[in-house]
Amino acid sequence: MVMDFSGHTHHISQQFNIELEAIRTHLSEMGGMVQRQVNEAIQALIDADVERAGQVVRADLKVNSMEMTIDEECVRILARRQPAASDLRLVFAVTKAITDLERIGDEATKIAHQAIAMNKDGQAPRGYVEVRHIGGYVANMLQDALDAFARLDMELALTVVQTDKQVDMEYSSAMRELVTFMIEDPRSITRVLSIMWSLRALERIGDHARNLAQYVIYLVNGEDVRHARPEEIEENINSKE
Amino acid sequence: MSPTAVLETFTALPIKLEVKNLDLFYGSKRALNAVNMKIPEKKVTAFIGPSGCGKSTLLRCFNRMNDLVDSCRVDGEILLDGHNIYDKNIDVAELRRQIGMVFQKPNPFPKSIYENVAYGLRLQGVKAKRVLDEVVEASLRGAALWDEVKDRLQDNAFGLSGGQQQRLVIARAIAIEPEVILLDEPASALDPISTLKIEELINELKNQYTIVIVTHNMQQAARVSDYTAFMYMGDLIEHDLTDRLFTNPAKKQTEDYITGRYG
Repeated sequence: MVMDFSGHTHHISQQFNIELEAIRTHLSEMGGMVQRQVNEAIQALIDADVERAGQVVRADLKVNSMEMTIDEECVRILARRQPAASDLRLVFAVTKAITDLERIGDEATKIAHQAIAMNKDGQAPRGYVEVRHIGGYVANMLQDALDAFARLDMELALTVVQTDKQVDMEYSSAMRELVTFMIEDPRSITRVLSIMWSLRALERIGDHARNLAQYVIYLVNGEDVRHARPEEIEENINSKE
Repeated sequence: MSPTAVLETFTALPIKLEVKNLDLFYGSKRALNAVNMKIPEKKVTAFIGPSGCGKSTLLRCFNRMNDLVDSCRVDGEILLDGHNIYDKNIDVAELRRQIGMVFQKPNPFPKSIYENVAYGLRLQGVKAKRVLDEVVEASLRGAALWDEVKDRLQDNAFGLSGGQQQRLVIARAIAIEPEVILLDEPASALDPISTLKIEELINELKNQYTIVIVTHNMQQAARVSDYTAFMYMGDLIEHDLTDRLFTNPAKKQTEDYITGRYG
């Protein structure tokens, strides 16, 4: 059964509607904050911009407190409303999703720290193309995962899962290339390592975005698709239609 | 969920009761529409649904309590271990021994605690005090009431609290060794603690008995049952593992009901 989620707004209890709407809205807000962090961190890294990197680090405090607020709201709903079926899955998916969002915030902060380090040590001779490239992929994945959550769009969620494979491949090839470069030019190792750590953070952000997308599939059709291959997920989605 | 999955859910289990194409009419009003369902043995099956959906009516069919309603007419079959309980040559008194029933409001007899439990056996002609003593103790233990009443077995049953009376009635039901216990809103007149005791008791009883419970309290159904059947306007809408029905129901009507939405 594909649920019509036209907002969780059709309960007999108006208050319950409001509470479920609130966690969805807060999830979107938190998603927006984290997305900004990621984009800013990438830019800060490329420009070695200390000011911008500092903002990313400070924003993380807000993201952390947002995670706790939403968790508390979810616990309250579980305790007071005993949600069932799609409502239960919504609350569960939201609690899982905010953990991933918080981790994305942490990864963005790591990138910001590398930007600060590079401002001191000087910029790397190589790797910016890869940062832009993989960063662009990952930023899109995050955007799509959040949209899929907001619209409960399984097709879009599936695209995110598929893109993650691509990102993993790009990441491995970037790593190989940068290692080769370091061998050729050992003086650049510290600076290139900063780029490598940042790429690693971006790759992790992609994984978290993929997790978000998988929660969307769970939320909509009740199937736990973690650890499933993208082709299996696709098959699963199609069989429900 | 696909129909095959539903099939898988029930084919692997021994079935105690099977309802086949059951229609029930009160006069000209149709209260059950071609209900088909299987009740697995030694499991707890809960019926949920809004008032008037037919869940109590269906429950009462299992021990032919509806026979007592003049205008009531039943078509179809209910098989207990494969035998139709609506056959003409069925001994209804014997059927009700095999399938005991507990109601919403505790209905102890105006007798002592001991006599309430021994009543069914005395009806069957059992006189030996030793046998009666044993059965009374075993039944009261089975109903998790023994420790609370063992020192006052000769006191009037009306002196017990509502929750204790309900457990006494359950002890009375299990004293005659039924195979199935039907519970019609057994906890709706009880306080939360007594309710939890009854629920705990249901959990223990399922080791020995097949239990069917009607409840208005969906959380209760979710807590106590292995299987849940959702009924609406005389139709059986969905019947599945409780774990699945409450996390990912197959039908939208079920979803709307258990999540408290407008139908």
